[in-house]
Amino acid sequence: MNELSSFWSAWVTILTLGSIFGSYWLLASVRKGQKNNTDTNATTGHVYDGIEEYDNPLPKWWYWKYVILVIFALGYLALYPGLGNFKGLLGWTQVKEYERAMEKAEAEFGPMFAQFANTPIEELAQNDQAMRIGQRLFSNNCAVCHGSAATGSYGFPNLTDNDWLYGGEAEAIKTTIMNGRVAAMPAWGVTLGEKGVYQVSQYVLSLSDRAEDMEAVESGKALYNTNCVACHGQEAKGNHLFGAPNLTDNIWLYGGSQEQIMQTVRNGRNGKMPAWNEILGEDKVHIVSSYVYSLSNQ
Amino acid sequence: MSTAFDHPTYNYRVVRAFTIMTVVWGVVGMGLGVIIASQLVWPSIFADIQYLHFGRLRPLHTNAVIFGFGGSALFATSYYIVQRTTQARLFSDTLASFTFWGWQAVIVAAAITLPMGFTQVKEYAELEWPIDILITVVWLTYAVVFFGTVSNRKMKHIYVANWFFGAFIVTVAVLHVFNSLAVPVSAMKSYSVYAGAVDAMVQWWYGHNAVGFFLTAGFLGMMYYFVPKQTGRPVFSYRLSIVHFWALISLYIWAGPHHLHYTALPDWTQSVGMVMSLILLAPSWGGMINGVMTLSGAWHKLRTDPILRFLVVSLSFYGMSTFEGPMMAIKTVNALSHYTDWTIGHVHAGALGWVAMVSIGAVYHMLPAVLGRKPGEMHSIALINVHFWLATLGTVLYIASLWVNGIMQGLMWRAFNDDGSLTYSFVEAVDASKPGWIVRALGGALFLTGMLIMSYNTYRTIRASDKEHAALQANLQTA
Repeated sequence: MNELSSFWSAWVTILTLGSIFGSYWLLASVRKGQKNNTDTNATTGHVYDGIEEYDNPLPKWWYWKYVILVIFALGYLALYPGLGNFKGLLGWTQVKEYERAMEKAEAEFGPMFAQFANTPIEELAQNDQAMRIGQRLFSNNCAVCHGSAATGSYGFPNLTDNDWLYGGEAEAIKTTIMNGRVAAMPAWGVTLGEKGVYQVSQYVLSLSDRAEDMEAVESGKALYNTNCVACHGQEAKGNHLFGAPNLTDNIWLYGGSQEQIMQTVRNGRNGKMPAWNEILGEDKVHIVSSYVYSLSNQ
Repeated sequence: MSTAFDHPTYNYRVVRAFTIMTVVWGVVGMGLGVIIASQLVWPSIFADIQYLHFGRLRPLHTNAVIFGFGGSALFATSYYIVQRTTQARLFSDTLASFTFWGWQAVIVAAAITLPMGFTQVKEYAELEWPIDILITVVWLTYAVVFFGTVSNRKMKHIYVANWFFGAFIVTVAVLHVFNSLAVPVSAMKSYSVYAGAVDAMVQWWYGHNAVGFFLTAGFLGMMYYFVPKQTGRPVFSYRLSIVHFWALISLYIWAGPHHLHYTALPDWTQSVGMVMSLILLAPSWGGMINGVMTLSGAWHKLRTDPILRFLVVSLSFYGMSTFEGPMMAIKTVNALSHYTDWTIGHVHAGALGWVAMVSIGAVYHMLPAVLGRKPGEMHSIALINVHFWLATLGTVLYIASLWVNGIMQGLMWRAFNDDGSLTYSFVEAVDASKPGWIVRALGGALFLTGMLIMSYNTYRTIRASDKEHAALQANLQTA
């Protein structure tokens, strides 16, 4: 952590202690000036719109409460960082507290995770304890996009249907979670024109037997073979290398209606799966991968 | 409303106008509160109307209750009290009238721009830069009117209520200007001049002092006038006033960092914020003691006077929430309470229990007085009593349900399994909070019902006073 310059460190220290001692000085001097030590009927003599003020002493219990709070504050500032660059007698920092907690957790749970990490994903998917952990990790980290049942939603793939953008083999799943994925379907609106977009969408619809305009399907197929085939393939079965989806199975990440397909072709799509290695660490990613694997390999 | 009644010395016109707007903005702001509380239980309410989404209405709720309701109450009472305790008319009627129309324009601008989505995304300082400039102009005018009146006073000393109003006016000006410093890029968009942790610190320096000076110091000023007036007793201790005033204003300004415990804020800043927040318990209770002890010898009046009940219960909630606040500022407690409903419950213990209750008591005392009737002579005392019980019950339901929810959420979020994984996912804590949110919405609805009764009582009182003035006028003409 950055140190304060000695000027600012002194500034913080003097202002902090000055405020605490200053307010205590005020308390003590007002108490010292008291004419009475018990409640009286004497007033200050001022009257404002009929309101008078008694010259009663400060309540004793309140005075002592104030003193105790001041002592606590000074004690705390002696033990913990607070007075500028003075680190406090305990040497405590919140980063150290966090690191200690993580070390403790690592010592307690690390061996178990390490053991799981050495078990192949296919085997771990059969381990009840690991799958309970995996399910909790999933619901706290992945469910916000993929849903608590992992069935996905618009723009976020269903993980239970054994249809994969980047491959469903154990290692492919782990790679996806470890490093994330950035999908790029280019926008074809300018290249193909609105008519071309329509024709390609009719061709795509025909792959799941839903096309209505056979003339457009024919022209669309020609356009597909020029522009789309490189990623989605000759048979439109997709390609795990690019994360290009299979267009023949009637499973749609961004909707399968004519209008939605045209929208995708016209403007492109940019799907993004974050990388979890930095957040969860490889051992936990291994367990989550096994959990995801188990969802379509019961 | 008839303007037949005009006080020979004091400007009551502007006080009347602000008093009525206190009631109006109270109903609007709390009504919005009930809507957003209901949206938490039934999220589909207004789901198809972007202008009425939770995210748009929530800042409007806070602006309407803090600046609309609370602000109008502060203007009304400070103008009333400063005149009566200095025996001087307001420094300038024109400038006072400008503060009224200017301030109402600010709140109306908030009601238009916030639902449209214009925001600086600083809590309680959401309004965009052109409105911020208007606030600054109105506020400086307010300072001129207030301090001008104080300097025209007919006696040597300045009454304690005016110390608090003075501190509130000066500090809010400083807080507002420095937190809102921004570079405008278009008519309704600007970027803060601060960045990162500094921005967060400036924001919570402002944010906590919006509580400390706007919602506490100003309302203590109110308390110091209406409690002795309504009880007819002298203030308990002048010495206590001195200590608690200076300690309160010099310590509050430090407390902001407790909103940023365990964040990127440096450790030293967090510690300083925590210890100052803790010591603050003492001066805060000094104010409560001074108010409550003023009742000694007049406790029997509580049996018959619902206005006094509002004032005394407000002091009890003030004492309770200023104990709770320092406890929540302790880092270990904060680790549990932060980001949970407990915080919202704590704020409302102060906002409903203290700020709203003391303002309501003040309005019931002051409104008849500025209409030429006796102080406290409202259309119906029985309805004030009904309002009192609705407000108390509503506040208790509100804060108790959010204590339960807050502690439950804090415990659920930190619960571990024996394999080191979290026991609950976030959404499970949301689901478990639903019953508490229903009770909270019910508590808010009760409080709102009380405000609607107050509006009716206010309307009838004004109408009655209009008739009295008309009759008086007729008598004068026939005589």
